[in-house]
Amino acid sequence: MNIFNTILTGFKEIWAYKFRSLLTMLGIILGVASLVAMSALVKGMEVGATEALVAIGGLQKFRIETQPVPVEQRHLQDQAVGLNLQDVEALAANATLYTNISPEISISRVTLSAKGKNSRPWNCSGAWPVILEIYEHEIAKGRMFNALDDEMARSVCVIGTEVRDNLFGSPEEMGREINPVGETIHINGQAFTVIGLFKHYESEQERREREAAAAQPKGQQTGPTRSRGWGGRQGNFVYRFKNNSVYLPLNTARIKLAADPAGGTPNLTSIEVQLVDLGRMNEAIQQVQNVMMNTHKGIRDFQFRTQEEWAEKIEEFIRNARMSGGTIAGISLLVGGIGIMNIMLASISGRIREIGIRKAVGATTFDVFLQILIESVVVAVLGGLAGLLCAWGLVKIIGEISPTENEPIITSMALVVAFAFSVAVGILAGLLPAFKAARLHPIGALRYD
Amino acid sequence: MSLLELRNVSKLYLLGGEEIRALDDVSLDIESGEFISVIGPSGSGKSTLMHILGCLDSPTSGTIQLDGTMIHDATARQLAAIRNRKIGFVFQFFNLLPKLNVLQNVELPMLYSGVGGRERRERALAALQAVSMDNRAHHRPSQLSGGQQQRAAIARALVNNPKIIFADEPTGNLDSHTGTMILSLFHQLSAEGRTIILVTHDPEIAAVTPRRIEIRDGKIATKVDAKLAGLNRVAAAQSQAP
Repeated sequence: MNIFNTILTGFKEIWAYKFRSLLTMLGIILGVASLVAMSALVKGMEVGATEALVAIGGLQKFRIETQPVPVEQRHLQDQAVGLNLQDVEALAANATLYTNISPEISISRVTLSAKGKNSRPWNCSGAWPVILEIYEHEIAKGRMFNALDDEMARSVCVIGTEVRDNLFGSPEEMGREINPVGETIHINGQAFTVIGLFKHYESEQERREREAAAAQPKGQQTGPTRSRGWGGRQGNFVYRFKNNSVYLPLNTARIKLAADPAGGTPNLTSIEVQLVDLGRMNEAIQQVQNVMMNTHKGIRDFQFRTQEEWAEKIEEFIRNARMSGGTIAGISLLVGGIGIMNIMLASISGRIREIGIRKAVGATTFDVFLQILIESVVVAVLGGLAGLLCAWGLVKIIGEISPTENEPIITSMALVVAFAFSVAVGILAGLLPAFKAARLHPIGALRYD
Repeated sequence: MSLLELRNVSKLYLLGGEEIRALDDVSLDIESGEFISVIGPSGSGKSTLMHILGCLDSPTSGTIQLDGTMIHDATARQLAAIRNRKIGFVFQFFNLLPKLNVLQNVELPMLYSGVGGRERRERALAALQAVSMDNRAHHRPSQLSGGQQQRAAIARALVNNPKIIFADEPTGNLDSHTGTMILSLFHQLSAEGRTIILVTHDPEIAAVTPRRIEIRDGKIATKVDAKLAGLNRVAAAQSQAP
C-alpha cells in the first residue's frame, strides 16, 4: 500500500468520526497555540529590551570613567591626573579600534529656567558633536551644535523633549506643536540659546500606551491630583533619561558651567568610545588601556564600563521566560499527545475485525502499523495547523486586550518549531497503538466480535 | 507438481497447559482447478486446516508447498504477500469493511499489491460484473442483502486473480435460496477453471462438490477421488434435491 493511499485512509477515518477527531485534536491545537503565543510574547519582550539597549547606543561602545587610585598606588595619588583632553587626543592619535570618541563633562545639580518655569534635568553634559552618534540621538528640530560652536564656546544647547515639556509645555497639554528652537533658557543662571530639539524617545510599549491614552476621551478628573509614584516607570528609565537631557558644546560647559572655582582646568567626567566591532571589545579596551597607562604614568585612576552586564541580564531573563513558558506549553502538548494515544487505543480495539480483514486480504504487519501511525500523525498535523491559526488569533486577542504590553511577535521559527513538535507528538502517540494493532494475529482478529 | 502439497502437517495448541492437536499428521494434494469441500463437525480441525492452507497460520510441523513456494516456514511478510496475490477468502460473515463502499471493498486487496488507481477501479468493476454486482458498486455493505454482500465478498476474493479461493461456510449466514445462488456462483467459477476449497459442516453442500475431504479429530477420515466418484455424487445430490 503506497503512502498516499495510507494518508487518504487516515483522512477518511478522521472524517468518519468528526467530533471525536476534533476533541482529540483539541489537545494539540491548544498545545501548539500556547507554544506559539508564549514564544510571541517572549519575543515581544525581547524586542522591547533590545530596543532599550539600542537606545543607549548598543553594546558596541564603552565608557572610560575615573576611579580612586588603587591602594598599592596610593603613594602616587598626587600624580594622578584624572581624565582630561590629553587622554582623548592621545587616544584619537594612537587607538585604532574605535569609530567615534567624545569627551564628556557631566554637570551635576543643574537648574534650568525659562519663562518663569524651572526644571532639573536628569542629565546636563558638555560633549563633542559626535555624542549624537554615540548615544543614538536624533535631532527632530533645529540642529546639533557643531565643531565651530565648540571652538567658540558658544552659549547654545540642544534639549530633549521632556526638558521642553517642563519648560515650555508639552504638545499634548497645549494642543499645539511646541518648537523651542530659538528660545532662550537659563542654565544655572546663564543664558543659552536652544538650537536643537531631540526626537521624542519611547519604547514600542510606551508608544502603544500613549496612543491608547490619546484614543480615550479626556475625562475631567475631580478631587486633588497626585503623583502615583515611580512604579511603572522603571523599565522606561533609558528613554526618560534621554528625553530629560541637555547637551552643550564641551568647551562651553567647561568655561561657563564647570569652571573650577580655583581657576584650574576642569577634568572630564568620562570619555565615550564607540567600537568598530563588538567582537573586538577586549582588544579595544586593551588598546585604550595601553595608551592611557602612558598618559597617566602608569597610575590606574580610570576604569572601563560596558553594557555587557545589562545585555546578559536581558538574555538571562528572556531565556528564563522562554524556558518556563516552553515547559508549560510542552506539558499541554504532551497532554494532547496522551489524548491522541488514548483515542487511538480505543479506536483500534473497535477495529480489530477490520484489521483482521485487511490482513486476510494481504496487508502486512508493516502496512497495518503504518496505517495506524499515519492516522495518528494526520490528527496531530491537522491539530498542529489548526493550532497555528489559533495562535495567530490568540496573539491578536492578547494585542487587543492588553495594548500596553510589548506587541507580541510571531516568528516563523516559532511556527516551524511548534508544528514540528505537534508532528513529533503525533508520531510518539501513534507508536504504541500502531504496534498493538500490527501485532494482532489475523485469525484472532477475524473471529473477534 | 500439485498446486498444494501437504506432507505430515500437524498443528498443536496449548490451551490452559493442555496440548491440543488440531491437525494430526495430515498429508494432502490438491490439483489446480479442483472444486473441493472440506467437511467435518465443529472442533474437528477443518478451520485450522483452512487457516494453514490460507496462509493465515503456520503449522507446528510438516511441509506445505503452494504453487511452487514452501510456505510452512515463510515469514509473516511473505505470508501476507501470498495471501494477497495467490489466495482469495470468502467468509461466513462476509467481512466487508462497513465504512467503505462495495467498490472500495473490492479494491482493497489491490491497494496492498500496489495496483495503480485507474487499473484498480477497472479490475474491481470487472470483478463486480463477474458476480453481477456492478450496479451496486457505490452502495455501502449495510445497504445490501446478505446474498449481495457475499457476492461482493466473492468479487473481492477474485479481484487479484488468485490461485485458490477459500470459502469458509459461505452459505452459513444466508437463507437456503440465496445459499443455492451463491453455491451456483462457485460452480460457475469452478467451471471457469478456478481452484475452490469450500469449508462447511453441511453434508448436502459438500455432496455437490466433485471432491470431499472429511476431517475428524484432526485427521483426514475419508478421501474421495474426484476422477472416480465425482460425477456420480453430483448426480446423486441433484436427484435428492426436491
